[in-house]
Amino acid sequence: MRGFFRRLLASALLCLLVASRALALTPDEALRIASGDNDARIAALAERLAAADAALLPYLRALLADEVKLAGGKAYIVRDGKAVEAGSGAAATLPDGAEDVLNNNRMRRELESAVAALALFSPERDRRADALRQLRDQVDEGKLGLLEKAEAQETDATLKAQIGMLKSAVLISSADKDKRLFAARALADSHEPATRSLLLERLGVEGDVQVKQTIQTSLNAVESRLAWGERFGLLFTGASLGSILLLVALGLAITYGLMGVINMAHGELMMIGAYATYVVQNLFRSFMPGAFDAYIVAAIPVAFVASALIGVLLERTVIRWLYGRPLETLLATWGISLILMQTVRSTFGAQNVGVENPSWLSGGVQVLPNLTLPYNRIAILVFAALVLAAMAWLIARTRLGLFVRGVTQNRRMAACVGVNTARVDMAAFALGAGIAGLAGCALSQIGNVGPDLGQSYIVDAFMVVVLGGVGQLIGTVVAALGLGVINKFLEGLAGAVLAKIMVLVFIVVFIQKRPQGLFALKGRSAES
Amino acid sequence: MNRRFALKAVSAAVALTGAVSLPAWAQSTIKVGVLHSLSGTMAISETVLKDTVLMAIDEINASGGVLGKKLEPVVVDPASNWPLFAEKARQLIGQDKVVVTFGCWTSVSRKSVLPVYEELNSLLFYPVQYEGEELSKNVFYTGAAPNQQAIPAVEYLMSKDGGNAKRWVLLGTDYVYPRTTNKILRAFLKSKGVAEVDIMEEYTPFGHADYQSIIAKIKKFASEGKKTAVVSTINGDSNVPFYKELGNQGLKATDVPVVAFSVGEEELRGVDTKPLVGHLAAWNYFQSIKNPTNDAFIKKWSDYAKAKGIAGHKDKPLTNDPMEATYIGIMMWKQAVEKAKSTDTDKVIAAMAGQTFTAPSGITSKMDEKNHHLHKSVFIGEIKADGQFNVVWKTPGPVRAQPWSPFIPENKGKKDEPVITVAKK
Repeated sequence: MRGFFRRLLASALLCLLVASRALALTPDEALRIASGDNDARIAALAERLAAADAALLPYLRALLADEVKLAGGKAYIVRDGKAVEAGSGAAATLPDGAEDVLNNNRMRRELESAVAALALFSPERDRRADALRQLRDQVDEGKLGLLEKAEAQETDATLKAQIGMLKSAVLISSADKDKRLFAARALADSHEPATRSLLLERLGVEGDVQVKQTIQTSLNAVESRLAWGERFGLLFTGASLGSILLLVALGLAITYGLMGVINMAHGELMMIGAYATYVVQNLFRSFMPGAFDAYIVAAIPVAFVASALIGVLLERTVIRWLYGRPLETLLATWGISLILMQTVRSTFGAQNVGVENPSWLSGGVQVLPNLTLPYNRIAILVFAALVLAAMAWLIARTRLGLFVRGVTQNRRMAACVGVNTARVDMAAFALGAGIAGLAGCALSQIGNVGPDLGQSYIVDAFMVVVLGGVGQLIGTVVAALGLGVINKFLEGLAGAVLAKIMVLVFIVVFIQKRPQGLFALKGRSAES
Repeated sequence: MNRRFALKAVSAAVALTGAVSLPAWAQSTIKVGVLHSLSGTMAISETVLKDTVLMAIDEINASGGVLGKKLEPVVVDPASNWPLFAEKARQLIGQDKVVVTFGCWTSVSRKSVLPVYEELNSLLFYPVQYEGEELSKNVFYTGAAPNQQAIPAVEYLMSKDGGNAKRWVLLGTDYVYPRTTNKILRAFLKSKGVAEVDIMEEYTPFGHADYQSIIAKIKKFASEGKKTAVVSTINGDSNVPFYKELGNQGLKATDVPVVAFSVGEEELRGVDTKPLVGHLAAWNYFQSIKNPTNDAFIKKWSDYAKAKGIAGHKDKPLTNDPMEATYIGIMMWKQAVEKAKSTDTDKVIAAMAGQTFTAPSGITSKMDEKNHHLHKSVFIGEIKADGQFNVVWKTPGPVRAQPWSPFIPENKGKKDEPVITVAKK
């Protein structure tokens, strides 16, 4: 009995060995996949792939990572300075003049989908799910065999269904009418934009009436599902633009809205915040490269303080002499904005400076198959909400907020009851400037940082504050989000250039009809 | 020695020195104008061209100058402000007396200065690819015409290796270059049987920074059947937010390739290029092209950038196509001046015809005898993870420029050389 068992084991091992030798990638095949014209390479790849050769996987990964080099009719894998012969895995020295393997988009796509197809047999479920996601618009007839094999092995019901969907995507172009019909029906459950593409294409070439009808029904089902992704996408882009407008306008809502200072230098205060972020980034890069990704956290308070300090300086030296004289403040602050821009230009140069996203703000999260939300935009939305909450709390709940409200409503009376109006003015202006700095810090993550940064946002900022109603925070919020969504909606209809014009026209008309803005102050202070 | 003799001797000496030194003092240098935006939205692209001109001038001066005189650069900053370009051009020619100007990037700036150069009969070397549809006797176009960049790029994307694209998004900044290029491309695509519904045209203003909805629109368009490709003629610093958004939204080159005509190594500096691998650019030069002339060119630039402490380039020197075109332009101008033995505009124009120069792109670049454009090879490159380009396709040899695109019907019968109108004096 024991002897039999041992013999069985031995023969099983032998079988495995023989099988793996038959499957292994030979150096010659490795070379054919790596060199020659793309058609031949793809054919060689498909040949190996049909055998579901697991030894292919590391080699394809190496190809995709640009680690494969060619020299003297041989392919080598070079990693960490060490070369091995591709296929055999024997250590080798890389000959001089070895050339990189060049993979263009078409080749890379084939390699990627081959890697994904092989990963369908991975023991880890996540790997397989990833592979299916990758394959969703890259299946072709050559992979049908692999898919069938994978479907037979698959134990997870969701993934099995997904493989079935992929199979349908291939079968819909089959010569057999019943298969096409079945595939067209199955594809109705798809959530993928790629399926819409596929169905539309098939709709054009399908000859059979019945299949054509089924395709049309499936297409409608897929499209109505995809439409939700598009609607959410529109809403998100609108909210994202709105959050930026809100950040940009919040500071102005204090300096202009509450204090009545037409602050043309508001944009430049944002620019200073953005440059402060840039400086912090550079400091982190030179002194704490390990903690580079955290620079933005340090940059937020720095940007706030930098802009607030400039704000205090402006208020003490210029603006405090001009309260109640809007025309003079307009001219004076405009002059200041030019001075600030030129100062920055002389210090940092006229060119834009590069502010890098920390790695955790790059990329995005895929919510629906046709909707990816970028992390930096989500972060700015959250940041804007936090700044808004903090400011609302400051104005409504703190002693400083009380004083600010008191002084803006009735300066003389506030002074009579012992409020130091000069100090309140200074604090409020510093707060507005500081928030502008925060906006600059946020803007540095999505746009360009240059001396003109403020110029492109100042008009938007005033638009939001005026539309929302001067002196009302809630108005600013509603106006910012409203303008964001309307702008994005119009952009979808008419393009970016026309959308901008239409929004401006809309605001002009609106202000004509309702000069006090969306939300007007009521009561005795309203006339001032 | 009597008094009269002394007086005579002194006056003779004065006259002599005056006669010798005065003209020498007045004309000891040849002034060369540099008209590139050093601030504003185009500074991202143009600043480095100013430095390229200065480097070339240093090189020429070090080897003895032109006609025995040193070149003296006059640098002005038109600040991405199109009317200011014309003003600065007039100042360069009228006040600073420059004999030639190297400058402009956007076509709108070139259109703005063109009347000035024609009126004052001065010379402009324009180093950037453009939309064609123009041929002035006073301008030498050292960048690509549409048939040397745009058309081959689109043909490549239509080919099997380019991905068999059938649907097209033409995306650009809203001004004359993208509008005209897209007009030509639209006509070209139609001639290849692409239907009207399979072409989407989109424009954004200069300095546009929010590409969310555009990318969403491209995604939607791409999911409406058939393989889609994007042709980007976005110019200036808008490219940074555009490519950032492209990467963040996960629009991969294997799905929807984006080919750009105004994005090179310099514009991608500071953008995380890892998510952008495989997106394309079409140019007549890439830094990654390997040949001895290019190695020497890159070395020259790195040394110069280090010596002058040029921001960015001193640590990570990058070269690109318009830099190469600028360099070829100034070197050819030098050759032409030496051939003409004069800096006179008309004589230099005549001498420019047929000039050749060994270009860093690896060809012998020739100035066409007639049409004021360079013969150029076309390269198509894919972005690599390190921000450089892999050349995936190139023309077998230099291509002659067609400034009047055959795809625009009104161009039929237009002459392929500048029409000289009666010179205004």
